[in-house]
Order: sequence, then structure tokens, then C-alpha cells
Amino acid sequence: MPLNRDFVGRTYTSSAPYEVSRVKISEFATAIGDTNPIYHDRQAAVAAGHPDVVAPPTFPIVFSLLGTGDALSDPDLGLNFAMVVHGEQRFEYERPIHAGDELVCASTIEEIRSVGRNELLTLRSDISTTSGELVCRTYNIIVERGGAA
Amino acid sequence: MAATVKYDEVEAGQEIPAVEYRVRRVDLVKYAGASGDFNPIHWNERHAKAVGLPDVIAHGMYTMAQGGRFVTDWAGDPGAVVEYGVRFSSMVVVPDDDQGATITISGVVEEKREDKRVVVALTAKSGDARVLSRARAVVQLS
Repeated sequence: MPLNRDFVGRTYTSSAPYEVSRVKISEFATAIGDTNPIYHDRQAAVAAGHPDVVAPPTFPIVFSLLGTGDALSDPDLGLNFAMVVHGEQRFEYERPIHAGDELVCASTIEEIRSVGRNELLTLRSDISTTSGELVCRTYNIIVERGGAA
Repeated sequence: MAATVKYDEVEAGQEIPAVEYRVRRVDLVKYAGASGDFNPIHWNERHAKAVGLPDVIAHGMYTMAQGGRFVTDWAGDPGAVVEYGVRFSSMVVVPDDDQGATITISGVVEEKREDKRVVVALTAKSGDARVLSRARAVVQLS
């Protein structure tokens, strides 16, 4: 079923700030097999010039879409999750994310288009501190296989 | 924060040697827990096959994370990555054995930009399949 184009332009904001913790950064880095001390050891991170342990480049995936769950599962959108695969992902950083950051996400459905038999939905998430400093922008394209057929 | 690689010592076209990353079922279970992505195609063979996949497949974001690791290990500082994007072009099939699958990542400095930034183009393969395409990182060198 084609996705509902009325959703293009809608923005969804996370309900509560995401608090970045040392433990979560270390857990995520361990899960991707990365032993870089800048992810695990505050002193090593400080010695490298960071305020605290920093997050690996793909870490924002943990929380950047938290605000969009309700939107993507809205029956009016028509997205069949069983057929969804990840098409593209991009991160643009204003600065590294580090432990202690309290971040809010505003996710916008930027585009919905058909490519062959598939439906492609582009989500942009603006990740900012609670004081309004933009930290990172993420772009996520999800593909609904067969959705346009 | 500073990359250990110096801009003046890098040339466009310079290759970054390949690194092999092993991915086994247990790695996907750990990644599911750490990332919060519990889609059963990444850990349940019965489910993966029922939806038409050959076997359990790795999270695309797991593969992307290995590319990130490749770039940050080269640059010397995770904070040096200012942009990173990929397209997921093929899946990494992870069999239920002790060997798992292998993702081989290599890179080339594609372009030198202003402000001591470079564009690194990544190639990621598993078996014969190119699992990432258009994989690029912009890195701030010192």
C-alpha cells in the first residue's frame, strides 16, 4: 500500500530529553567491538581533549528516532513494518556527543517517494541540547519493500 | 580533541589498508541490546526465513558502525568525524556457527577539502557482496 503523503512535513519531538551516560556509551562501543579508550575511560577522553567520554559516530541511532515511533506506527501512514529495511543513513555532527549531554530530537518526515516497487521515507532528526545548541543532524531513509506495488 | 593524522601528510588517492571485522550471532545479540533494535531478522533464524531472507542478517547499523570504527581508528580520534553516511546495498548473512561472517572494510582518501578536512570513501564487503555503497566520511584532520 502506498504511504500517505499527507505525513510529509510533519515533525515529531521526543517527549523527554535523552541523557547520554558513560555506561551507555561504553555498552554501545563494546557491542560494536570497539575498545578505543576514549569511549570507555573518562581520563583517556579528557587527555584527548574531550570533556568526558565521547560517543561513537553511529551512537545517535540509539535515541534519534525515539520520537517517531508513534508516527511510523500510525495506521493512517500505512507503513507495514514487516517489510521495512534500512536504506540509507547519514550523520552530520556539529561536535562530538559526550557523556552528560541532555539531548532532544525533532524528527521531520522530509520526503516520501516511490522507487520501483518500493516506498522510500526520509526522516531528518535535529538533535540539540536542552539549551538549544544543535549537536547533530541525522538522515534516515527507510524502505518499505513492495509498498508501491 | 584532535586527529593524529595530519592533513599535510595525506594525499588524495591515498589508500587506507583493509581491516577484517568478524560478526557472529552473539555480536548481533549484543548489538540488539545496546542499540534497542530487536527486529527478529537479526537474531531469529526461523523468523528471518519466514520473511524470505536466506538466514539471520546483521543490522545495517552494525555494519555501518564497523565502518565508523575503521575511520576513527585511522583518524585517531572519534571526535574527528564530522559527517558519515552510507547506503545499505546488500545484506550481511550471519550463519549460526563459530566463524560467523566477515566484513572487510578498506578506504581511500577521495578528496582534500578546505579547513583541513578530507573525504574518505569506504568499501565494505562480505564475501563477494558490497554491503555498503556511497559510504563516505568527512574527517577533520590536524
